[in-house]
Amino acid sequence: MKFAVVVFPGSNSDHDAQYAAERVLGQQAEFIWHKDTSLRGADAVILPGGFAHGDYLRTGAIARFSPIMDAVRKFAEAGGPVLGICNGFQVLLEAGMLPGAMLRNRGVKFVCEHVIVKVEQTDTPFTLACHPGQTLRIPIAHGEGNYYAEPDVIARLEKNRQIIFRYTNAAGVPTDESNPNGSVANIAGLCNERRNVVGLMPHPERACELAVGSADGLVVLESVVRAVKGGRGAFSEDTFDLMTSTRESVLGK
Amino acid sequence: MTPDPLVLERHGLKPDEYQRIVDALKREPTLTELGIFSVMWSEHCSYKSSRVHLRTLPTTGPRVLQGPGENAGAVDIGDGLAAVFKIESHNHPSFIEPYQGAATGVGGIIRDIFTMGARPIALLNSLRFGSLDDPLVRRTFAGVVAGIAGYGNSIGIPTVGGEVGFDESYTGNPLVNVFCLGIAKAADIIKGVASGAGNAVYYVGAKTGRDGIHGATMASAEFDDKSAEKRPAVQVGDPFMEKLLLEACLEVMKTDALIGIQDMGAAGLTCSTSEMGSRGGAGVEIDVSLVPQRESGMTPYEIMLSESQERMLMVVKRGREAEVEQIFEKWDLHAVRVGEVTTDGKLRVKNRGEVVAEIPNGALTDEAPVYRRPMAEPAYLKEVQQLSFASLGKPAAPAEVFRRLLASPTIASKRWVYRQYDHMVRTNTLVMPGMGAGVVRVKGTNRALAMSVDCNGRFVYLDPFAGAQLAVAEAARNVACAGGVPIGATNCLNFGNPERPEIMWQFAKAVEGMGAACRALDIPITGGNVSLYNETEGRGVLPTPVLGVVGLIEEADTVVRRAFQAAGDVVIMLGDTRDELGGSEYLKVMHGLIRGVPPALDLGREAALHRVLIEGAATGMIRSAQDCSEGGFAVTLAECCIGTGLGADVEMPGVASVTPGLGDIATLFSESASRVIVSVVAGREADLLGLAAREGVSARRIGLVCGSRIRVAIDGRKVLDEPLNEAEQIWATAIERYLEPARAIA
Repeated sequence: MKFAVVVFPGSNSDHDAQYAAERVLGQQAEFIWHKDTSLRGADAVILPGGFAHGDYLRTGAIARFSPIMDAVRKFAEAGGPVLGICNGFQVLLEAGMLPGAMLRNRGVKFVCEHVIVKVEQTDTPFTLACHPGQTLRIPIAHGEGNYYAEPDVIARLEKNRQIIFRYTNAAGVPTDESNPNGSVANIAGLCNERRNVVGLMPHPERACELAVGSADGLVVLESVVRAVKGGRGAFSEDTFDLMTSTRESVLGK
Repeated sequence: MTPDPLVLERHGLKPDEYQRIVDALKREPTLTELGIFSVMWSEHCSYKSSRVHLRTLPTTGPRVLQGPGENAGAVDIGDGLAAVFKIESHNHPSFIEPYQGAATGVGGIIRDIFTMGARPIALLNSLRFGSLDDPLVRRTFAGVVAGIAGYGNSIGIPTVGGEVGFDESYTGNPLVNVFCLGIAKAADIIKGVASGAGNAVYYVGAKTGRDGIHGATMASAEFDDKSAEKRPAVQVGDPFMEKLLLEACLEVMKTDALIGIQDMGAAGLTCSTSEMGSRGGAGVEIDVSLVPQRESGMTPYEIMLSESQERMLMVVKRGREAEVEQIFEKWDLHAVRVGEVTTDGKLRVKNRGEVVAEIPNGALTDEAPVYRRPMAEPAYLKEVQQLSFASLGKPAAPAEVFRRLLASPTIASKRWVYRQYDHMVRTNTLVMPGMGAGVVRVKGTNRALAMSVDCNGRFVYLDPFAGAQLAVAEAARNVACAGGVPIGATNCLNFGNPERPEIMWQFAKAVEGMGAACRALDIPITGGNVSLYNETEGRGVLPTPVLGVVGLIEEADTVVRRAFQAAGDVVIMLGDTRDELGGSEYLKVMHGLIRGVPPALDLGREAALHRVLIEGAATGMIRSAQDCSEGGFAVTLAECCIGTGLGADVEMPGVASVTPGLGDIATLFSESASRVIVSVVAGREADLLGLAAREGVSARRIGLVCGSRIRVAIDGRKVLDEPLNEAEQIWATAIERYLEPARAIA
C-alpha cells in the first residue's frame, strides 16, 4: 500500500513516519508537499509531527489553510484513513476534522518521554490490529498536548466511543499521575464520527523498533496496512466488518 | 589624524591596533571599515590570543576529512559517509538573555553543520551554572534549558546527551556550549569558499535587522554591572526560519550548483564575505542596498555588522542561478543576488553603487593580529594544591556522604533538563539521555556514533595541564564505554580574561594538556571554539576546556548502556582506586573546598582501558559499563543500579589513606581516573578478565548484581547498605526540588 506523508514547512517527524512505513513495514510512503493539491493515489494519509509554520499563531492554525488540506478533507470524506500525529493531530483539530482544542501542557514545559497509552477502541483503521485494552509504551514530545473540549463534546465522544487512546498507568488505569499534560479525561487520541480520521499526541512512528526503545507503536501502522489490504478504496462501514474479521484471523480471538 | 579614544574603546580596539588598520589600508579607515575591522579582529572572530596555542593541537589523522578552519570538522565513518561536527559556546548572550542566548547558540551550531552539506542528526550540550540556591541562577538555568529546547525541538534535531555542572564561579558567567553532529556524503562536503570571478553572491534567509550589532565584540569583553544594558547585542532566534533554510539548503546542495556557502554567525555579513573570499583566494563585492532589511534607514555599518540570525551567504555557479532561486522559492525563501566574486582579493562594500569600504581580505583574516600574551603561573595555585584533612575533623559516615553526593545537582539526575528536549525525533537515538554517552545510529548502515562532552573545571583549576588531560580521558572513556572507537574531537575552551597573565597561563597549559592527551589517545581535534573573558568584576570561571569526542560503533546493536541488565550478572571493576580526593565532589559537597591535586592519569593505561571496553562491547561480553567520575566508586555503582531497579552486593579492597581514618572515604569517593564498573553474564567473566590481563588493565570481580539494595563492603566490613529505591529517589528529584519544590515533594 502507499502512504502519503504530508510535509508542511516546519514538519519534523515526516522522515520518521516515512522510515517506519517504508523501512520497518515495507510499504510505500511518499512525501507530499503542502502546496500540492493531490494525494497521488495514496491509500492512507499521515499528517506528521513537527512545528508547521513554526506554530507561531497557534499550533496547526496556519497549516489548515495549506492547499493540500482540501485534498486531505476530500479523502477523509470519501472514507480514506487519515492519521494525525502530534502536530498533525493539532492540524486536524484546527481544520475542524476532529473536535476540541489543545492547550499548553499543564506543567507549562515541553515534555519528551515514553508514556503508556491504552487502546480504548479497536474499530478504527489505526487500531484494528490491537487487542481491546492493549497498553502501548510510546513516546510523547510536545508542549501543547493538553486536550480540551467542552463537557458536552466529551460526553458525545464517550457515547460514540470516539476516544481511541488514553494515558494510563502500566495497569491500564487512567490516573492523574499517568496524565503527562493535563488532557481532559486522559485523552491521548480520538477519531471522527465516521472513525476513519484518527489523531493522537503520542508518536507511534517513533516506537517501531526495539533498538530505539520500543516497538509498541508499530501496531498502529500495521493496523492501517491491514485495513487497506482488507478493503481497498473507500473506507466504508462494510470494511469495518472485514477489518474485524481480518484482525481475528491474524491475531486470534 | 588621531581617532577619538572613545570611538576606539566602543569598538574594542587598542590604539596600536588602530595603527595596524591604517598601515593595512595605507589610509585612515571609514567608520564602516572601522566597524568591520573591530569585529573581525575581536577575540571571538580572530582568536588573536589563542591562535598561537591552538596551532599545537593534533588535527590530522587517517579519518580526518576536514580539520579546523572551516565551518565544522569532518571525519570518515565508512560507507562513503562523513560525520560532520563541532561545538560552540554562547556563554555571554546566555547570561544577558538566557532563553534567546541559548536558543541562538543552538541555531548557530546547526547552521555550521548543514552549511557543510550535512544533515544534522544530534545535538549535545555542556552547561555550567552557579549554585541552584541562588534565585538568579535558577532563572538563568531554567531559561537556558527552555531556550535550547525551544530551538532544538522546533527544528527537529534531537538533543541526545550532554552534561550540566554547578559551581559558584559560574554565577555571573554561565557556560552554554552546544555540540551538533550531522551526516554527509564524504564526497559532497561543501566548503565556505568564494571563487570564480563573476560568480554570483547570494544572500538567503531572514532579513537583516539591527539586532546583535557588535555581538562578537561583546563576547570579547568581561562583564560589569552595566552588562544588562548590552541586551540589544543579543539576537533573537527563529527556529522555523532555520528549519526552512536547512531543508532548502540541503536541497540546493544536491544540485551541485554551489561553489561555497557560509552562515552569517558572529560578525554577520562581514565575516562571511571576507572569510569566503580569503579561503578562495578571491575578492567579494557586495552592495548593501540589495540586502533584505527588516528596518528602514539602516546604514552600511549596521548592515555589515548585524548578527541577525538564520542568514546564509552563497556563491552560485554561473548559469545555475535560476535553479537555485527556484528551490528557495519552493520553501518561501528569497535568495537575493547581492554581489559577485572578484579577482582582486578585496572585500568591497558598496551602498547604491558607492564604495563605502574596501579592505584586503587578508588583513581581516590571516593577517589579523596574533598575540603572544604574557603568561604567569597563578599565585593561587601552590596554595590550593595543599590539602590537609587534619583540620577538617572526623569524616561523616559513608551512608551520609553517599546520600549528600547523590543529591548534589552536579551528580543528580538531569531528567528535569532532558525531559524538555525532544531526544527521540529522527528515530536514531539508541541510548536515552542519562543512560550513558549519546548514541545515534546512522540509517542506511549498521553503524552508530557515540558522543560525549566532558570537562571537570575543578581539576583544570587545580592543575590546568592535568585537568585538561583528564577531560580528554573522560570524554573518550565515555564513548568507549558505549563501545565506540574515538575517531575525532572538537573543543570548546572557556576561560577568563586572557589579558591577565595567570588566565593566559591556565589557557596555555590546558591546551598543552589537551593536545598531549589527544595525541596519546590518537584523537584528532577537527575544530572548535574559544570563549574568553568569562569573568565578572574580575572573577573568572573555573577554567573549563570542554572536549566533545565522537566514537564509531561498527555494529549498532552491540551498543552498551550504563545500567545493570540482569540479576546474577558479575560486577567487575576495571582500573585502580587510589587515595585521590583532590578536587573531588566529596570535598566540594562535604567541606565546600576545591583543593588538592587532581587524580593522576596514565594515558597508556587509559588507552588500554578503552581497548578493553571496545572489544568487550563488540564481542558482547560487556553488558553494562559506567565510568567513575564525580562522586567516585560509590556514586557510580548507584548509577549502575538506577534505571533497571537491580541492586548490587560488592566488596572492594580498601585504599590506604595518608590520613588516618579516611581510608573508607577514599575507597568509596576518590575520583581516580581510568576506572569503569562493568557487568558481564557469569559465563563471560573469565573472558573479560583475560582480555583485561592481555591489555594490562587491572580488573577485579567485586560482586554480583542482585537484590534491591546497594551493598558495599571494604575488606570484609560492610560500609554501605542502602535501599536502592531511596537512593534513586534522592538522585532523581534533587534538581526538581530546586526548580519546582511543590511538584517534587508531591
